[in-house]
Amino acid sequence: MDELDGNGAAGLLQEIFGTDMTIAVATCASCGSAAQIGESVLYAGGPGTVIRCRRCEGVLVVITQVRGRHCVDLMGIRALDMPVGSA
Amino acid sequence: MSPISHGFHRRHTVPDGAADRVPPGQYVTDGFPVLSAGPTPHTPLTEWTFSIRQGSSTVKSWTWQELQQLPAETATVDIHCVTRWSKLDTEWRGVSVDTLLDQVEHDAGYIMAFSDGGYTTNLPLADVTGGKAWVAFSFAGAPLEPEHGGPARLLVPHLYFWKSAKWVRGLELMDEDRPGFWETYGYNMYGDPWKEQRYQGD
Amino acid sequence: MEGTAVPRRLSSGPLSWEVATVTEVTSETPTVRTIKLGVPSWPGHRAGQHLDVRLTAEDGYSAERSYSIAAAADDPVAITVERLDDGEVSPYLTEDVRVGDELEIRGPVGGYFVWETADGGPLLLVGGGSGIVPLRAILRQREHSGSDVPVKLLYSARTLSDLIYRDELDSYHDGVEIIYTLTREQPAGWTGYTRRVDQALLAETAWPAGKDPLAFVCGPTSFVETVAGGLVALGYEPGRIKTERFGGTGGS
Repeated sequence: MDELDGNGAAGLLQEIFGTDMTIAVATCASCGSAAQIGESVLYAGGPGTVIRCRRCEGVLVVITQVRGRHCVDLMGIRALDMPVGSA
Repeated sequence: MSPISHGFHRRHTVPDGAADRVPPGQYVTDGFPVLSAGPTPHTPLTEWTFSIRQGSSTVKSWTWQELQQLPAETATVDIHCVTRWSKLDTEWRGVSVDTLLDQVEHDAGYIMAFSDGGYTTNLPLADVTGGKAWVAFSFAGAPLEPEHGGPARLLVPHLYFWKSAKWVRGLELMDEDRPGFWETYGYNMYGDPWKEQRYQGD
Repeated sequence: MEGTAVPRRLSSGPLSWEVATVTEVTSETPTVRTIKLGVPSWPGHRAGQHLDVRLTAEDGYSAERSYSIAAAADDPVAITVERLDDGEVSPYLTEDVRVGDELEIRGPVGGYFVWETADGGPLLLVGGGSGIVPLRAILRQREHSGSDVPVKLLYSARTLSDLIYRDELDSYHDGVEIIYTLTREQPAGWTGYTRRVDQALLAETAWPAGKDPLAFVCGPTSFVETVAGGLVALGYEPGRIKTERFGGTGGS
């Protein structure tokens, strides 16, 4: 399976967070590197969606969908920078 | 209510005569989808070990060579992924988990399989013994490819395939059940495809 | 009702699945089709964005895929889909869907891989296979907005008949240079490139790094990684290389 990038989770993330998350800059809790989620590594198609740090492969985000609810884990992100206001 | 896409159907349905081999909600595939939660690890065989752990100690460990010297079995089984594909008559070769656990004294009720890359999945001891599970290193007559979990993966075909941990490196013995990776995020602690135990509460 | 407008939502605001109607279907190549969509509360899209499509079968089985929007911001929203032999969704979208059919869509999404006229250039667009789709949206956006930003488009496909939008691409003249490479089979008399994009090909065709170009790279993951790595090696600023990776040969 090809690894995708965070762009592939754009719809899911916007549905959950109510705003475009691909441009959000995530600081990896494992290695401290900061990158836009659109550029991070995406594993999807399996039981859930996993977004990982492109530098250290540490897990940034895990999302599963259970009985109509999204279960979201952001503990792999130490800090999240979002632009103020919507486009 | 989602609009029905008229004429759209899942790629494969149940082949004739195999209906009783396909759990509810599954479809049979000829392929072998590669689905992961992370990158494919590449541990050199010279560094690879399989360990049985209890708490923080390793109670028993095998190198790749030592694993290859243990009696191996061929198992032809049907496998079922929680993402709804099933594959019938898959042929594997590996060492039975019984062979490995027989060399360890313990009274654990559960195990947590752990893999390169950090993946984990929990199982009752009873579901990895009695001939129900293997550490498999060969698929369809060839060495197991990295994208499918090689050099070795856990094989527990009677449960959903997320329990068959790819790139497995060992089993941690536990007294009590504890959720592994997908179980933590809402998937069923047990995962019986015949009861459609996909999620917690199923 | 008279005087009632459909409320317009923010394109970067809360999002959920909604029902779109197929308004037009155009064959681009024997295996590629463009589907124009009517979406009641469409907020407008930007060049480079994509949308998700969800199909539901009568037994409740559903499948989701993402497709790049092939249109500029002032075009009606449309996606271009390539039929994959082992695909589950693409054969349906490229063969079965008819004008008037309904599709569930979620979008537009993706603010990371977006070009707006104000972003400037010079632009380097590199597409592999169906990775050309969002790049075509960017070219149309540039054309419609009257921008004179210079563009180089490097487009890799297997054969001549696999090229999508060929006539349209060849119609761009002012400030747009299109470079094709056909990697599997070339027609008689072909004088263009005949190999997969590699470091040397990039060095020969891409803007020099000194021009501070903005690059958009789209296609299969391995293609994108090779090109992005190659551009960094040519001195491109990593923050000015935008990438969008498709699975396999670009959606299924």
